[in-house]
Amino acid sequence: MSTSLGRFQDDFMQALFAPTEDATFEMSSLVCQPGFSVYRNTVMKGCIDALQANYPSVTRLVGEEWMRGAAAIYARLHQPQDSRLFYYGERFADFLARFEPAAELPYLPDVARLDRFWSESHAAHDEAPLNVAVLSGLAPEVLAGTVLHPHASARWAWFASGPIYTIWRRNRESVEDDSEIEWRSEGALLVRAQETVEWMALDASGCAFLDACRSGWPLAEAATAAIAAQESTDIAPLLARLLEAGAFSHASVANETQ
Amino acid sequence: MTTILTAGLSLKPQYYEQAQACRADGLWFEVHPENYLVAGGPRLGWLERIRAEHSISLHGVALSLAADCAPDAVHLERLAALAQRIEPALVSEHLAWSTWRGAYHPDLLPFPRTDESLLRIAANIGATQEALARRIAIENPSHYVHIDGHAWDEIDFLAELARRTGCGLLLDINNVYVGARNLGYAAEEYIDRFPSEPIMEIHLAGHTPDPNLGPALLIDSHDAPVAPEVWRLYERLIGRIGPRPTLIERDDNLPDFSILLAERNIADAVMRASLAEVARP
Repeated sequence: MSTSLGRFQDDFMQALFAPTEDATFEMSSLVCQPGFSVYRNTVMKGCIDALQANYPSVTRLVGEEWMRGAAAIYARLHQPQDSRLFYYGERFADFLARFEPAAELPYLPDVARLDRFWSESHAAHDEAPLNVAVLSGLAPEVLAGTVLHPHASARWAWFASGPIYTIWRRNRESVEDDSEIEWRSEGALLVRAQETVEWMALDASGCAFLDACRSGWPLAEAATAAIAAQESTDIAPLLARLLEAGAFSHASVANETQ
Repeated sequence: MTTILTAGLSLKPQYYEQAQACRADGLWFEVHPENYLVAGGPRLGWLERIRAEHSISLHGVALSLAADCAPDAVHLERLAALAQRIEPALVSEHLAWSTWRGAYHPDLLPFPRTDESLLRIAANIGATQEALARRIAIENPSHYVHIDGHAWDEIDFLAELARRTGCGLLLDINNVYVGARNLGYAAEEYIDRFPSEPIMEIHLAGHTPDPNLGPALLIDSHDAPVAPEVWRLYERLIGRIGPRPTLIERDDNLPDFSILLAERNIADAVMRASLAEVARP
């Protein structure tokens, strides 16, 4: 921008994030007024409040003071790109993974990923979950060639690194439970088939199954992927559980949407 | 479009159930549309259910009309879709900027009121009114710093925007009070001089002293009851211009719904009193 309004805005932005002594000459009369700090504080508070709201399980784990400190650093590195602050913090989990003070909490980035899943699931577009009756009427060979499409609100992940789902859930649900957590890999599925985001543990085979469905593989191949992830997988109860959770929106057969 | 001449309340998720159930005469609600520009989910459902019972006002904070660029087309498109879905009684925005070079800064930032900024903002208001196919109201901001480059007085600037674009104005009396205290002008004179005709809505809110500087710097924090001085300015204004849709704006430190409703009833009483005054022979 070469206009004076545009220049003012460039200078104002620079002054907002830089130390007072680095302000341009045009801005110096503004930044030296006590009121200028109101803009600095309000912008930072808006970003920090949003991150705290969007990452409640992380906040409960680390405490409000730690969270707000980390959020302030994140906000300086990654200013919101979207005025819908509900979506702010897309890269917060990756940020935590590289954030030195979080090194002692190696599970923290994945807990942040589940908080992010919740937000995405919450605001995903509404659609009716797949009616189980659609599948029950199909002949076995037709069923094997059927593609199940994950629901718009379905988010899942397998965490080989540890019991992320249990840690996340205890904090998301604010459970007062200090009992020792068994250290093992865990996965999770979050889905909002109706109004409320629901969550459940999902093993490696369930995650592999949903991955395959998302890739558009027919049921027979998705089942193979699930068994490859975990040999003992029994597909029928897994599929029943996913259907009951509302994890699918619709089915299509041999590349034709049904 | 619904006509409302009563007092309304900010709507927060904490109040959804009470808001939907409340039958106070003429009660309406205002939301920040940015919180509802989502693909789906329960928030939109709540807003629609409350809309079925009450009028809704969309009070935007992110169009960034005073930025030296056109409003974000995608944002405008989403806002238009929400307005179509909710059919609000009022739509408003601020005389301020918040998005610049792709980054959103959650605040209402100041700018020098010049001929150049007038042209830019008038064009941005025009584009918004065209996208929404309706008249919007523009709010006077709070002030915290003196800016050297003002060529226009704020009231004249707002009146000129209204004249050029046909937009309405949203007079935030708390902002007037906070700005008057911070920059050292007379709030009463500002209120008396503000043009009556374009006022589509009035805002009343609480403020707090700066935690470091105390009452020398007031913050438009929306986290406290409306101050007595602001109520007096409101009575003064309504006495002059008569009833206008008035919002009790509360965004933080949220009290019980009943407490906000009581504040809202004070505004309603002020407006009724002004009507009684007019009706007196």
